[in-house]
Amino acid sequence: MAMLTPAETRRRVDASLRRRYRSEWLFRLYGLVSVLLGVGFLLVLFATIIGNGYGAFRQVFIQLEVQFDPAVLDPEGTRQQDTLASADYSQLVKTSLRTLFPDAEDRTSRRELNALVSSGGAFNLQKMLLADPTLLGQTRDVWLPADDEVNVFVKGRGPAAGAGSGDEAQRLSDRQIAWIQTLESSGKLEQRFNTIFFTAGDSREPELAGIWGATKGSFFMLFVTLFLAFPLGVAAAIYLEEFASRNWLVDVIEVNINNLAAVPSIVFGLLGLAVFINFFGMPRSAPLVGGLVLTLMTLPVIIIASRAAIKSVPPSVREAALGVGASPMQMVFHHVLPLALPGMMTGAIIGMARALGESAPLLMIGMVAFVVEPPGGPMSPSTALPVQIYLWADSPERAFVERTSAAIMVLLAFLLVMNAAAVWLRSRFERRW
Amino acid sequence: MLLMDKEPGFVPMRERGEPKDGAGKPAGKAPAIADAAETDRIAPETVGDITSKNAVIKVRGGNVHYGDTHALRNISLDVGRNEVVALIGPSGCGKSTFIRCLNRMNDTIESARVTGDFRLDGTDIYARDTDVVLLRARVGMVFQKPNPFPKSIYENVAYGPRIHGLASNRAELDDIVYGSLERAGLVNEVKDRLDEPGTGLSGGQQQRLCIARTIAVNPEVILMDEPCSALDPIATARIEDLIDELSQQYAIAIVTHSMQQAARVSNRTAYFHLGRLVEVGPTDKIFTNPSHKLTEDYVTGRFG
Ligand SMILES: Nc1ncnc2c1ncn2[C@@H]1O[C@H](COP(=O)(O)OP(=O)(O)OP(=O)(O)O)[C@@H](O)[C@H]1O
Ligand SMILES: [Mg+2]
Repeated sequence: MAMLTPAETRRRVDASLRRRYRSEWLFRLYGLVSVLLGVGFLLVLFATIIGNGYGAFRQVFIQLEVQFDPAVLDPEGTRQQDTLASADYSQLVKTSLRTLFPDAEDRTSRRELNALVSSGGAFNLQKMLLADPTLLGQTRDVWLPADDEVNVFVKGRGPAAGAGSGDEAQRLSDRQIAWIQTLESSGKLEQRFNTIFFTAGDSREPELAGIWGATKGSFFMLFVTLFLAFPLGVAAAIYLEEFASRNWLVDVIEVNINNLAAVPSIVFGLLGLAVFINFFGMPRSAPLVGGLVLTLMTLPVIIIASRAAIKSVPPSVREAALGVGASPMQMVFHHVLPLALPGMMTGAIIGMARALGESAPLLMIGMVAFVVEPPGGPMSPSTALPVQIYLWADSPERAFVERTSAAIMVLLAFLLVMNAAAVWLRSRFERRW
Repeated sequence: MLLMDKEPGFVPMRERGEPKDGAGKPAGKAPAIADAAETDRIAPETVGDITSKNAVIKVRGGNVHYGDTHALRNISLDVGRNEVVALIGPSGCGKSTFIRCLNRMNDTIESARVTGDFRLDGTDIYARDTDVVLLRARVGMVFQKPNPFPKSIYENVAYGPRIHGLASNRAELDDIVYGSLERAGLVNEVKDRLDEPGTGLSGGQQQRLCIARTIAVNPEVILMDEPCSALDPIATARIEDLIDELSQQYAIAIVTHSMQQAARVSNRTAYFHLGRLVEVGPTDKIFTNPSHKLTEDYVTGRFG
């Protein structure tokens, strides 16, 4: 081999350096462009969702002077809980509104007047009275939630006065708008933080609908999923990586796990319907069944992530443990598992995040139902956050638009928290070796 | 995995080396341990006396295959109590493979297949009912690459005694840990930082930590795979003193690339070449008057 002269060597290195720097620069440029593109899309997405949804966190309330009239609530004077509970509280709201606006005389204008206050107002009054029966016969100033159309109007996204085009203008009449303005100027109409949205279950009335029911449903489901999928997945991964002997059966299992991870999620819903509901006779719409289905869906993801985490533990650590006389079990639990745990947890949390956002399999097992009452446990009927979003997005009422976006924001917040937890857990448990 | 031939009259495949003086016996029956003393002393392909008084480890006709690679060919060798056997030979000749057979560390390598007769105190190391965990507690090992646990220095040393239940309380465990670090010549450097990770030590310190971890379990046989390759002369001298001290009680097999070290610490030296055990004998004989041409080339630096 002919030796290169030092000068020639230098020249060639210089030339190759220039090439290397150029490709490096290009590569960085590509990376930057794709990151910026991604961030841009993300910002647009967030801007749209937040722009649509932030209004849902505020709610319009109307102050009314309500007299708890015994003649309406308890005409027979029995003072019994049942009578008081089943009384017609909406009458109180109507009376109160009429004294406030005596100009509403004919039937249509009265109906329009009554429509200003949400039908949920009557429930509030009922709750007040049942909590404190001495209110009967007294008069109180009460803030009641306004109707969804009032909300839309006051928050400024509805048609301005009656001047809007046909369809839009019909939602609130000129009279109603005048009333709202009177209420506003006398300080009897106010926007407040919308606690209903966070504490109520679903409702046909947008102003009474909340995500608490769906959140609880999602929570129960994720609870079931986490407590089944994580231990099962980790145990399966440990067994397959550390204890199973290499043979065709293990190969078949391995291939099938990898395939399962790629199966469309709706198929798991069908499986859940066939097995858990039709065969085992579990209740429809129950978070328990949802959790089981999501477990099936998440399990392969967790197994694959856990196996990768176990594989990445350097063999020298295993040899060291075996070398001092640790049994295979001790080696796994004292040395391999602690090192693999961050990776396993990251996998589990990503799997859980996917499960949290999943709606297709839940549709198959009846979690798409209209459920007003937040579930009391994993066996009671419930929806889940993504399904709730789907349901609201399908509703005709305009006020559901902002609620849909707000629910998406809540869902995204949960996902962000879960991902942050994954990052935190990683850095907390990660040790270098 | 592991294939063991348990037949008593097992005759291993034999590929003979060529001793310089032609003193090899003709290929024939494998030198099984039960054989009469005289035939037992010499393995046909190995020059010199493979046996040892007070043999703790006895290997006869040991073969290792890694897949299709025949890494060890028909090795027979004893390691005795109170004896240090140095294993020397060019890189890739099978020294590590040999000592990894003695505590069944090759079990962890999927492609490895070990055959032949390996005995610890007369019991078959590769028998079906051998408790590998107990075996590895009795036969300790210092690996070629330092591999401390990613745990604290204290935990590194305390782990073995703890899982084997050697200490009944914390004070005893502390004693074992300090004592082991002391004997490994590490205690002065680490006594103020026992809680820091063992992986944060320098390469040489890690190697000594691994030695401390091994001797903390009080093994009967210690296998050392180039324990001083990352150590400075002072630490090396410390380890060599330790080996001296340990050899009062234990049987030691040490792999080394340093002839001087082999000459300093060992009683017997075994020269490996391309998977064969070419020559074994008293250390001074191997270095001053080797019988086999290959050994002579290697120890005089003419190898290669
Ligand atoms: N895990 C393995 N898989 C396949 N072949 C292996 C494996 N380990 C060792 N070998 C082969 O076995 C032969 C002996 O290797 P071994 O590690 O015993 O050599 P050595 O004498 O310890 O060398 P060194 O002095 O470099 O450490 C080599 O040819 C090597 O390639
Ligand atoms: Mg080696």
